[in-house]
Amino acid sequence: MTDQSAASASPAHHGSLLSADPLTKRRNAAETRFKYYGMSAVIIALLALIWLLISIFGVGASAFRQTFIALQVELPEAKLDKSGTRDPAVMAKVTTVGYAAVLSNALHKTIAELGIPTDGIDKKKIDALMSQEAAAQLRNRVLADPTLIGRTITVELLASGRIDGYYKGRVTLESARLDSNISPEQLVLADALKSAGVLTQHVNWGFLTAPDASDQRPEAAGLGVAILGSAYMMLVVLCLSLPIGVAASVYLEEFAPKNLFTDIIEVNIANLAAVPSIVYGILGLAVFINFAGLPQSAPIVGGLVLTLMTLPRIIIPARASLKAVPPSIREAALGIGASKIQMVFHHVLPLAAPGILTGMIIGLAQALGETAPLLLIGMVAFVRDFPGAPPSGLFDPAAALPVQIYNWTVRGDPGFVERASGAIIVLLGFLLIMNAVAIVVRRRFERRW
Amino acid sequence: MNDMRSVERIVDVNDVKISARNVQVFYGENHAIKDVNVDIRDKTVTAFIGPSGCGKSTFLRCLNRMNDTIPGCRIEGEIRMDGEDIYDRRVDPVQLRAKVGMVFQKPNPFPKSIYDNVAYGPRIHGLSRNRTELDEIVERSLRRAALWGEVKDRLASPGTGLSGGQQQRLCIARAVATEPEVLLMDEPCSALDPIATAQVENLIDELRGQFSVVIVTHSMQQAARVSQRTAFFHLGHLVEYGETGQIFTTPQDPRTESYITGRIG
Repeated sequence: MTDQSAASASPAHHGSLLSADPLTKRRNAAETRFKYYGMSAVIIALLALIWLLISIFGVGASAFRQTFIALQVELPEAKLDKSGTRDPAVMAKVTTVGYAAVLSNALHKTIAELGIPTDGIDKKKIDALMSQEAAAQLRNRVLADPTLIGRTITVELLASGRIDGYYKGRVTLESARLDSNISPEQLVLADALKSAGVLTQHVNWGFLTAPDASDQRPEAAGLGVAILGSAYMMLVVLCLSLPIGVAASVYLEEFAPKNLFTDIIEVNIANLAAVPSIVYGILGLAVFINFAGLPQSAPIVGGLVLTLMTLPRIIIPARASLKAVPPSIREAALGIGASKIQMVFHHVLPLAAPGILTGMIIGLAQALGETAPLLLIGMVAFVRDFPGAPPSGLFDPAAALPVQIYNWTVRGDPGFVERASGAIIVLLGFLLIMNAVAIVVRRRFERRW
Repeated sequence: MNDMRSVERIVDVNDVKISARNVQVFYGENHAIKDVNVDIRDKTVTAFIGPSGCGKSTFLRCLNRMNDTIPGCRIEGEIRMDGEDIYDRRVDPVQLRAKVGMVFQKPNPFPKSIYDNVAYGPRIHGLSRNRTELDEIVERSLRRAALWGEVKDRLASPGTGLSGGQQQRLCIARAVATEPEVLLMDEPCSALDPIATAQVENLIDELRGQFSVVIVTHSMQQAARVSQRTAFFHLGHLVEYGETGQIFTTPQDPRTESYITGRIG
């Protein structure tokens, strides 16, 4: 009876095994279709990623190379230290204008020695080959070491942004004709200097170490302050969100009673993780700056705001990894007479540690790339002074990497395009390092049970 | 005469290690244990048998208050160990569990070394003053669990790397290392093969010399082999409790008879 009804319900089972029945064919076709959907999604994502990387690296890689002019510069005492005291405080009276004149003399002298014709080029236009930043850099160097005065030193100074752009393909002889900032004659002169070996291109460490520069000096702009500011903020975020996040998730997961109140907290944590980050910026502005009176543009405020933003994003994976620790381990510990806190700290937390740390690092990486809240608390300000050493340096004004990128993309000089892309490469590099650390940590602490 | 009686009484009291009176257990609305009265004797193996879901494991977990960790679980009645109510407000369940060790159904060694697994209990309870004493406790416990010979050369290797039967004996060693007075075993052999089961059963018989063992088992043969006294649970009731031999040969209750002859359960 049962046999018969089963047979009539599925007659297909009685066909040959060598040919697929219609139902099997449909199932296989669905499986194949699904496979292709997935593959095409992955391929589209990969192509987008490759496109992004190619465009960023194509534009930004040149930010790590820079055009420099090497000159023998004589530092005359008569001009730079009339008092002869070698006292930096007194010498500081000579402004960058004085140093620019010294550099100008050195450049003209070099050009004359090399016998490069300069007919028809204005003297000022020759000076314009050098970055305006060069005089300031020389001044800082001399003020830091007054014994240099009276000697002739080799100075490697930045070429101006347009000259640098000429060797990176941004500026051509044709475009220079239309550009009030540069003329074709200057480019020809630069070429002559290059063939003489005075003008060279090499790796630009200043991009990573120098502070930001003003709108007209893209060649001098660097990420130093931004990297330091971001590092300080990450320090604050790490020091606050790791203990608070772990404590909150351990309490909620292991100790808190399950009632309406904890349910509400749980829902709110999930909601907070989805709150747009700019809202945290408004909160930070209202609470930390307007109410608590902390300084603007300070890494401490940025760190606090990013901590608020990161906490729910750390607590959620931390709770998930605590939940993933098998109950048998908890029972084993309790059954042996361990107290709840011993159970948590001796057994559950070590087993959940890889998941918690991975969540932590991914949360930090998100915080590192966050821009919007920092705009509101003044991190967008133009900061050229490096913040001091922590902890007091946390209260000094600083920039941040993502805000610096934003800042550079809105500036007018075409030299900042490559700077912005270069900064993105640096930011991506840091994110890559953090994710690699997350993977290593997970591998290292992973234990089987 | 008076003296004689008091001596007798002490023996009586010592003889009963745990006495439960009118124990009720509720999981929320569900009445899981109904009115259970049982006296568990010292230095005896007591087996709890019964069909799945009859409440034997639930009752076992009342004896060391492991049910406290389950939200919504409520216990009424009285369970006394050596005359002290273990559900008294003044009792810290952590202290109780040091006296009443437990071995679980699935071997659950900590993902630590064999040595640390056994040493964990003595460490947290402060049973040793120095490393030498701890070494002795670990060796003694592993010997009692009949595992020393197999692991003495690899105490530093992870406990999770042992075979299933070895892991369960490691868990027994871990439980006896804290010098408990009662050892609760919740189907300790259900995840083991027959050879490992035989080893654990031999072990249980030896452990009887030192403390009272309560074992929950699905296997009636196992109950008959290892226990001196047997309790039969059915649908939350303690149906019958007595000498193992008597339960299996001349059960008083028809339900017990049906179960041991295989008609229910």
